[in-house]
Amino acid sequence: MEYVIIMAQSIMGLALLLAFVRVVRGPSLPDRAVALELFSTIVMGLVGVQAIASGVASFLDVAIVIALMGFLASIGFARFLERGGLRDD
Amino acid sequence: MIDLLKAILLLGGALLMLLAAVGIVRLPDLLTRMHATTKAASLGVNLTMLAVALHFSDVGVVARALAIILFVLTTAPIAAHVMGRAGYFVGTRLWSGTVKDELRPNYDPLTHELKSGQEPRQNVERPGRDEAPE
Repeated sequence: MEYVIIMAQSIMGLALLLAFVRVVRGPSLPDRAVALELFSTIVMGLVGVQAIASGVASFLDVAIVIALMGFLASIGFARFLERGGLRDD
Repeated sequence: MIDLLKAILLLGGALLMLLAAVGIVRLPDLLTRMHATTKAASLGVNLTMLAVALHFSDVGVVARALAIILFVLTTAPIAAHVMGRAGYFVGTRLWSGTVKDELRPNYDPLTHELKSGQEPRQNVERPGRDEAPE
């Protein structure tokens, strides 16, 4: 089981690195916002793996809060884009 | 048996997240990137939370894990829809191999007016949109 946890963590870390590549390179602001949303989703998965690894069930509350914050952040980014904020593309 | 199932769920969830990340790096367009991330990553979170529910097998923990799954399944399409709408309004370029954009001939990005494409002729060509209707 330890090997499985380490493998899952390393795969999710690699996924975080790839999403970070898109955050840096993304040609426009909506691309970066989508990559940040992917960030929050992957971090939720990492928190779930950490809950299994440490045996502390309270990590699920952290996952709930991260899900809420990611959803509200993407809604806020979308409102900001539609209202015509500054863009760099 | 439970351990094997947990291992399969954890690795499947992690691989789905890796698939979403590869998709967001490799795909050429905002909409195709969203198509990769919003489905694969939310399914990865769901598999991981199922593994957590199997690992603890306690009523409160299972209820919280199912609540997370329900929340993700509810909010991921809403967030994707809102982001895609905002991206289209901002005017991000579509991929050069895009076959069909059905919104382009019928939609006016300045006034946010959407036509059905079946109006009678005088309604389409009415001059002076800014004038007050009589």
